[in-house]
Amino acid sequence: MSVTDIQLQEDLDHHDDHHDDHHELGFVSKYIFSTDHKTIGKQFLITGIFWALIGGGLSLVFRLQLGFPDMSLEWMRPLMGKWITEAGQLDAEFYLALVTMHGTIMVFFVLTAGLSGTFSNFLIPLQIGARDMASGFMNMLSYWFFFASSVVMFISLFIETGPAAGGWTVYPPLSALPQAIQGSAAGMTLWLVSMALFIASTLLGGINYITTVINLRTTGMSFSRLPLTIWAFFITAILGLLSFPVLLSAALLLIFDRSFGTSFYLSDIYIAGEALPNVGGSPILYQHLFWFLGHPEVYIIILPALGITSEIIATNARKPIFGYKAMIGSMLGIGFLSFIVWAHHMFVTGMNPFLGSVFTILTLVIAVPSAIKAFNYITTLWKGNIVFTPAMLFSIGLVSFFISGGLTGLFLGNSVLDINLHDTYFVVAHFHLVMGSAAFFGLVAGVYHWFPKMFGRMMDDGLGKVHFWLSFVGIYLVFFPLHYIGIAGFPRRYYSFTSFDTFSIYTDLNAFVTVAAIVTFAAQFIFLFNFFYSMYRGRLAPANPWGSNTLEWTTPRYPQHGNWPGAIPSVYRWPYDYSKPFNVEHIKKLEAMPEKEREAEIAKWQDFIPQTQPYTLTPETNLSHENEIAKSEDQAGVEKVNA
Amino acid sequence: MLTIIVVLAVVLILAVLFTAYRVTALVDVVKKRKDEDFSAVTKSNSWQGILFMLFLVIGFGYFFYFSINEADVYNLPIASEHGVIVENLFSITMYVTVFVFVVTQIFLFGFGWKYRYKKGNQAHYYPHNNTLELVWTIVPAIVLAWLIIGGLREWNNITGPAPEESEVVEVMGYQYAWAFRYPGKDKQLGGYDFRMIDAINAVGIDLKDQSGHDDFMATQLVIPKGKPVHLQIRGRDVIHSVYNPHFRIQMNAVPGMPTRFWFTPTVSTAEMREKTGNPDFNYELVCNKICGKGHYSMKGIITVLDQDEYDQWYQESQENTFLKQNPDYLTKVPADLREAAKIAAGIENITEKQKVTTALSSSK
Repeated sequence: MSVTDIQLQEDLDHHDDHHDDHHELGFVSKYIFSTDHKTIGKQFLITGIFWALIGGGLSLVFRLQLGFPDMSLEWMRPLMGKWITEAGQLDAEFYLALVTMHGTIMVFFVLTAGLSGTFSNFLIPLQIGARDMASGFMNMLSYWFFFASSVVMFISLFIETGPAAGGWTVYPPLSALPQAIQGSAAGMTLWLVSMALFIASTLLGGINYITTVINLRTTGMSFSRLPLTIWAFFITAILGLLSFPVLLSAALLLIFDRSFGTSFYLSDIYIAGEALPNVGGSPILYQHLFWFLGHPEVYIIILPALGITSEIIATNARKPIFGYKAMIGSMLGIGFLSFIVWAHHMFVTGMNPFLGSVFTILTLVIAVPSAIKAFNYITTLWKGNIVFTPAMLFSIGLVSFFISGGLTGLFLGNSVLDINLHDTYFVVAHFHLVMGSAAFFGLVAGVYHWFPKMFGRMMDDGLGKVHFWLSFVGIYLVFFPLHYIGIAGFPRRYYSFTSFDTFSIYTDLNAFVTVAAIVTFAAQFIFLFNFFYSMYRGRLAPANPWGSNTLEWTTPRYPQHGNWPGAIPSVYRWPYDYSKPFNVEHIKKLEAMPEKEREAEIAKWQDFIPQTQPYTLTPETNLSHENEIAKSEDQAGVEKVNA
Repeated sequence: MLTIIVVLAVVLILAVLFTAYRVTALVDVVKKRKDEDFSAVTKSNSWQGILFMLFLVIGFGYFFYFSINEADVYNLPIASEHGVIVENLFSITMYVTVFVFVVTQIFLFGFGWKYRYKKGNQAHYYPHNNTLELVWTIVPAIVLAWLIIGGLREWNNITGPAPEESEVVEVMGYQYAWAFRYPGKDKQLGGYDFRMIDAINAVGIDLKDQSGHDDFMATQLVIPKGKPVHLQIRGRDVIHSVYNPHFRIQMNAVPGMPTRFWFTPTVSTAEMREKTGNPDFNYELVCNKICGKGHYSMKGIITVLDQDEYDQWYQESQENTFLKQNPDYLTKVPADLREAAKIAAGIENITEKQKVTTALSSSK
């Protein structure tokens, strides 16, 4: 009791400090080297959008090559320079660089930093009721490490030998030997430097997210009252903290092998007319280390998107999320299992087949919590009163992608079936749907949903819906056909399929996919326009436009440094009291009333009860056990509000 | 000139779109919409539910049409014993997943349509149902267990030790081609050492090992139909992957870590030519692990012969041992093994000078 009082007192003091200085912040400390979590979140978002455009743009270049191999790309020469050959074709090696950079950028810079960085930063303090992150300075460092990492990666796109080109997984020996591929020269060095900076950024951010969630929750915000978004960010941060250091060690050993003559990953290699001195290393070791990060990484990408979706679906279906505890349980389950399934990426690497069996079992186990999540989303829609905001549309789209892409995981996770599907377009289709597009939809849904809180203005609803339909249909048209191409055995990372008779089919389907990709990419400019236009010219947002329960909507229209102008609100209930009906006693009372009074009473009913509403004030909807809680509120909760 | 016109046209179209958008936004402002009476529910709300249903129906229509119509195109004919089993499990998994796919998407979009916002409607407060949640934890768990158990048995068979009578062939991937080495008369592949590799000795046969003296190289992977084939796989420079979708085989070729894969081909190249109606058909050995600039053209040809044809081919080919074709490499054979090596390699026309040296060495 006394501890919480002190906490409250500190919060108030803290708040007073801000009132004194927040008008004095200059441009640099307000927008550039800001320690405010909302600004940092927006910095991550804008940088993420920038990278998404580059990453998406790169994919269009190689999609043109795949869909229309004979097309002259001469018109790209001003941008691509020598990577367009004399004959006006894309250089075969630069094709691999494009594929590599597309993967790296999308996985790390867009869907990790852009998604987790944006929304963990923006939402954690707002939704748990904190003035800011535990360490604003570390949070700022986290962004600037990411920025530095971005600069290094961006520079690598333009160097003479081209960026890293060994695939986004950068398996050695290919990535270790410049003799094997040009991209493994300076491009790969920059890749490793950039990733090291990126990992530092992720760790700084992750420590902050975890600390903030554990320590800075407002009065009454117990873990069992946390919104699922926060649960998702929390688990994601833990996964990142445990797995990214392993990537750093993998990268470090690779740096040693590349630059200092060690043999961690290299052995028995004869290349470019000479036998290398390295003996005793194992390329498979790298793969184990890489995927020990790599597999949790895909959950690091998808969990925040699922958290965002949970929040948006509940709000817009006007229903509590179905199975709140099961949702948390399955996220914890996914989080734990994600650390022991990594070798399903390695069934055909020559790894001991017994390990293959073990990882098959564990992999298919992880499908269970994922299935629970999908079923729970669908049940949340059941008997809802669904408002199709753009954010809601994107969330439903996410669930659809998550199911479609998740189901193909049952093929790939089964070692026997993986023999024939490994590294084919089936894999490409699988992960682009289940984690690529799904997480991208989570990101976009989050932007539409929280834009009013980010910028104090509304995005245009109509443009949002057009953006959704073009993206949703477009993404299915891009990735669904790839399943067929994959079942037919087409290998990924192939510059062209003309060398093989086996792959002479489906040139038409490949062309179709390319056209769909161009349309889908073009549709994103609708979003960009909407985003930047609404930032300045959008209509002013109400404080709580979606009728949502969580704490961020109790802040003013455009929350300033410190988030709440007065005291931080206390929390009295879980965040999902949507459409909570009158309880039996109240209905009995209503029945006894004269008609007019009854109607007036019914009209007072609201389909949402914010978390800040004590049970004491809602006797008409309280369930019996909540009435018990209401009694204790009289001593602790309400008293505090008065104090 | 044309480019300028295109650019101008695009700019103009964008300007028109922007102006139109701006006008509607301004009209909204003038007309009614004050900030206070904002509503998340817009006029197009119901349409979204209807569009979801449309998408569902058209999407499923095309999905089934294409999947059924093109089944023979994307399902490549199977040409190995274990391929049939793999394909069987693939089909079972496909039926299960398509069923779940169809049902869940129908519910997802169906609910979206059915429960779209209607004024005066109240959503059903339904926070959890333990029975329901238990059901959809246990049912997927059982189905998955069933799928895995089927798979694991086959996985153990496929990856288990190759049968004794298997034909052994060494496959080595290098940028950007494949090398095939056969064990020769003694049916024993000789050892290798990457330090022995040079332009001619591409796979680095270690000539200190006697069993390698009769090894011969082939330009294609020639294998017999109906007999287990044991591929011993390695990579010379970077990781490659031995892949062929007809046999449903795949295994990485890793430098420094030999790997293996065994399978039994069931359809000869000639039969497959007849079956596919393509007289030029060949089984192709595909590199399926990114390996550099020429990755996309790293092709080998696999020829499956009937057993008697194969025996005949082997008979003829084993005469062309590596040592016979490159007698210079005899110098790399240790002196005491050289004579035996010549016999093993089938080198007969020994020159006079060599005769003398051998006589000398044997008399010692």
